[in-house]
Amino acid sequence: MPELNLTSAPAHLRHGSNIGQPLTRRDGVLKVTGRATYAADNHPPGMLFAVIAVSSIARGRVTSLDVAAAKRHPGVVDVMTPDHKPQLAIDPEIKTNPFVFRMDALHSKEVRYANQPIAVVIAETLEAATEGAALLAPRYETLPPLVGLDAGESFVPPVVGVGNPAESHHGDVEAGLASAEKRIDATYETPPQYHNAMEPHAIVVQWDGDRLSVDMPTQGLMLSLARIAELFGIAHDKIHIRSPFLGGGFGSKGLMGGPPVLGIMAAKLVGRPIKLVLRREQMYGPVGHRAPTRQRLRIGADAEGRLTALDHHARTVSSTFDDFYEPAADASHTLYAAPAIRTSHDAVRVNTGTPLFMRAPGEATGSITLESAIDEMAWACGMDPLAFRLKNYAEVEPMTGRPFSSKALRACYEQGAARFGWAKRSLRPRQMRDDAGLLVGWGMGTATFPALMFQAEARAAIRRDGSGVMEIGAHDMGQGAWTALAQIAADGLGLDVDRVEFKAGTSDLPDAGIAGGSAHTATAGAAIHSAGAAVIARLADLATNDERSPLFGAGNAGVIARDGRLIRRDDESRGESYSEILARAGVAEVEARGTGAPNPAAMEEYAMHAHGAVFAEVKVDPDLGQVRVTRMVGAFAAGRIVNPRMVQSQLFGGMIWGMSFALHEEAITDRRSGRIMNANLGEYHIPVNADVPPLDVITVEEHDPHVNALGIKGVGEIGITGSAGAVANAVWHATGVRVRRFPIQIEELLTQL
Amino acid sequence: MKPFDYVRPATVAEAVAAAALPGAVFLAAGTNLLDLMKGGVSRPDRLVDVTHLDGLDQIERLPDGSVRIGALVSNADLAHDADFARSYPAVAEALLSGASAQLRNAATVGGNLLQRTRCAYFYDTASRCNKREAGSGCDARDGENRSHAVLGWSENCIATHPSDFGVPLIALDAVVEIEGRGGRREIALDELHRLPGDAPERESALEPGDLIVAVRLPPAARAFASHARYLKVRERTSYAFAIVSAAAALRIENGKIAEARLALGGVAAKPWRARAAEDVLRNVAPTADAFQEAAWRALEGAKPSGDNAFKIELARRIVVRALLLAAAGTPARIPALPASPFAATSGAIHA
Ligand SMILES: Cc1cc2nc3c(=O)[nH]c(=O)nc-3n(C[C@H](O)[C@H](O)[C@H](O)COP(=O)(O)OP(=O)(O)OC[C@H]3O[C@@H](n4cnc5c(N)ncnc54)[C@H](O)[C@@H]3O)c2cc1C
Ligand code: SF4
Repeated sequence: MPELNLTSAPAHLRHGSNIGQPLTRRDGVLKVTGRATYAADNHPPGMLFAVIAVSSIARGRVTSLDVAAAKRHPGVVDVMTPDHKPQLAIDPEIKTNPFVFRMDALHSKEVRYANQPIAVVIAETLEAATEGAALLAPRYETLPPLVGLDAGESFVPPVVGVGNPAESHHGDVEAGLASAEKRIDATYETPPQYHNAMEPHAIVVQWDGDRLSVDMPTQGLMLSLARIAELFGIAHDKIHIRSPFLGGGFGSKGLMGGPPVLGIMAAKLVGRPIKLVLRREQMYGPVGHRAPTRQRLRIGADAEGRLTALDHHARTVSSTFDDFYEPAADASHTLYAAPAIRTSHDAVRVNTGTPLFMRAPGEATGSITLESAIDEMAWACGMDPLAFRLKNYAEVEPMTGRPFSSKALRACYEQGAARFGWAKRSLRPRQMRDDAGLLVGWGMGTATFPALMFQAEARAAIRRDGSGVMEIGAHDMGQGAWTALAQIAADGLGLDVDRVEFKAGTSDLPDAGIAGGSAHTATAGAAIHSAGAAVIARLADLATNDERSPLFGAGNAGVIARDGRLIRRDDESRGESYSEILARAGVAEVEARGTGAPNPAAMEEYAMHAHGAVFAEVKVDPDLGQVRVTRMVGAFAAGRIVNPRMVQSQLFGGMIWGMSFALHEEAITDRRSGRIMNANLGEYHIPVNADVPPLDVITVEEHDPHVNALGIKGVGEIGITGSAGAVANAVWHATGVRVRRFPIQIEELLTQL
Repeated sequence: MKPFDYVRPATVAEAVAAAALPGAVFLAAGTNLLDLMKGGVSRPDRLVDVTHLDGLDQIERLPDGSVRIGALVSNADLAHDADFARSYPAVAEALLSGASAQLRNAATVGGNLLQRTRCAYFYDTASRCNKREAGSGCDARDGENRSHAVLGWSENCIATHPSDFGVPLIALDAVVEIEGRGGRREIALDELHRLPGDAPERESALEPGDLIVAVRLPPAARAFASHARYLKVRERTSYAFAIVSAAAALRIENGKIAEARLALGGVAAKPWRARAAEDVLRNVAPTADAFQEAAWRALEGAKPSGDNAFKIELARRIVVRALLLAAAGTPARIPALPASPFAATSGAIHA
């Protein structure tokens, strides 16, 4: 990989602290000029192309592959099949830890889902490999596939999401419902959705003896490295993974999936470097997705509109061979102060690739239904949806009674509503029209996402020339880690961003933890912050213990680092530069490590969540039923905002995804074959630019002393929550028609308008 | 990819000869054909690239008042030809409502008319499809078919033709000029596409080697310029095919409709001319009631082919709206969101 040359645009001139500055992306110029190397941009000499052949049936066995025909095709070098492949060191079916998911590594001829890899064709050109794959003409023994939310006997999964109990409750829900003055009982459905990152999953692999070099987009360098090490039986230090940029991941590149493993196997088989890139339609199977859900919400409220009970049940699916359960009902744990809350899940097994984390897993699916149901309840109580939410504002976490580490949701409601003009909303639906006669509807939703922390480590150094180094194997998925983490590094080192060599994105750097759970900036940031403090402490030791230094005797606590200098806290005129300190001490650099980790004591004591309030306006053609979103305002409180520009982009992206959830996205599965019929970006609709209305994001000031040293809560996923429900509620408000199946489709409105 | 011959004929005659061989197909911009080839849906032996042929990329005004559009004129160039757009505004609006800007820049007049259906089972080579493989069956019939045909379908195929462009063209009596092995001939656009019947694999009246060289709009087509609209309901604002669309064109004299033209898109295996509806609009005032009546006529005989009964009702409502918009008069400029029901109110600057 060529050295990254991140830009120093004028915007990077430092104005006081780096954290909080809206720096533009430091990798922006590289990206817009096409010089940012994504995994598939690498072409090591002698490289061959590998193309996966996938199953067209969803259940059964592969009985034959015409390997000879594929091999006869000019340019085809080899065909990897269950009968002809390098041996893995361990069975890929073994779950060596809870973050290992079963993958298809050609270890069986059984077919468990459509688009399952069944062979890999390796050729001199992409075209030859592609045609070779077509020539395999697989034959199958086909069994009737299990499809849909009613495919079989349901069962209660042992856990949902990551280790959450499938059922939780507090208070007596049935009694709460029985005593309610008003009740709603509503069932909603959400469809399967696919991550559809712009960049398909890709890997470029080079074996050199038992050393392995990998270019691959990953949201989890170290998890991937460990998985590769165990699958191929090689030591960690023999593996080098580069992942400087991801063209989006959204959870689908978090854990090592089957396709990149097949790339590594293929390279081993033929003894040459390999590039393997998934085709768009192949991303609808082996690399995870958001499972469909059917959710029933029963809510009760008293005569004043106070909740008496909230019961949220979610049915979902997992694959026939592994377990991931979309924890949709858990969205009801934190937001509304019902004296009785019960959440429960059940599931059926279907012939699908295993569902996995997809941006706001559980929170997104649960939020759109919870926010719809809360809206239905508000209407049943004759109350404004915002007033209803305020009436049921949770001062403490409802399920646990713990106080929140911080919660500026009230301010989000206030500021968002003011910016949107919510006060002018008609209580009744179908009251508002625009000049052209279109129905206008206003809806809102509350956003929430837990403030998580994982484990990370960083290495910091200060060099003789006064510059700094910060190393951490962090991941830039497009969210701006190259910039935001460098800002934290710069502050930690007391330097301007451009005086810090910030290294990230490779597996030889300290483990940054997974870039998921909206926790990357917080986790990696905490490690960077502590490594910075540690290296400054070392430097301060050198100075304050040296009689020749103007800082002699100041003691660690007595100096501060600023602008490449250490200065006495009690007398800012006394100080010296980093390079002076190092030169006199005769050392080339000082270094130190720091870690970021959750604080169990604080987590015990406090509930930690980011919050927000999203307001949406839609217009609906009263005759044709066509819906478009015309404006959205989101106000979010997520602790400290490291880079407002990047945070705004994250929240924009989340809000757009929310409207996409409400109105557009759906993988259409053929109920007979289990195949996905719209596995391409032409037919799997996400919003185009012209669908995206003016968006307004407000970041509400929030100071949180408990979540982590920097007070960061994370903004990666929260934008979807609240937004999807706000759009759905706006459609109801425009039309008076409550659609409970998402995405909202024209036929559901048409007949009822 | 499957190897294929690529030939680039120098003349129309050579092109026709080259494409008359079995397994040969014409390649225009390839925005549809190459996708189909990549997916293994089309596996031609020979591509006859017509994009370099001379003289097929002109928009000519003929002395008799008709316009002749070369088959290689790009969708974007045609829509942006100011004189053309003024004379045939519904055609320009339909073009601009199709696909995306990038696709329109490439896509050609001939290719647009001969693009294949978007039926997902046609694209999915593991499914049975009579159109892709004659006699194999139709998996759409009991499958995911909410976007399929409600008019003119048969048990053998329920697919729709996806073109927007063809809809106003058929309403305006467009004529297709064809060069074939037997020389030049012309047919009404209404006769170009075939309904599926018992041979859905035969999609058009073209014989092997037949090249569309031009599409002509007759002199009378201009007379609708001041009352012509295209309306397209789709699930997102751009880069989406119509669920249902309609082209409506009126010639209004002394407050009465002297002549009406109406066609529907997204409802059948061809752009659907609604002549019965046109008839009831002759010599009546352009009122909502008259348009309702026309809408009922237009959908006479419509029946769902699956989970798509809503398309019939939607089509009726679109017909009424398109006629109302046409009666209100062609806007001075094509709206920023062409053919959208939201054209008037959206703040978007383009689709
Ligand atoms: C994602 C996507 C969205 C789209 N959305 C829309 C939409 O909303 N509305 C819409 O109308 N279209 C839409 N399209 C389709 C697009 O308009 C067509 O792909 C395009 O018009 C085809 O033109 P082409 O020149 O690329 O044809 P090609 O792909 O080159 O050819 C298409 C077919 O026509 C034949 N052919 C081409 N020229 C001639 C000729 N002169 N004589 C005889 N045969 C010929 C070819 O052999 C081939 O079978 C969309 C396409 C895509 C990919
Ligand atoms: S509807 Fe027509 S195109 Fe679609 S599968 Fe059936 S035969 Fe094929």
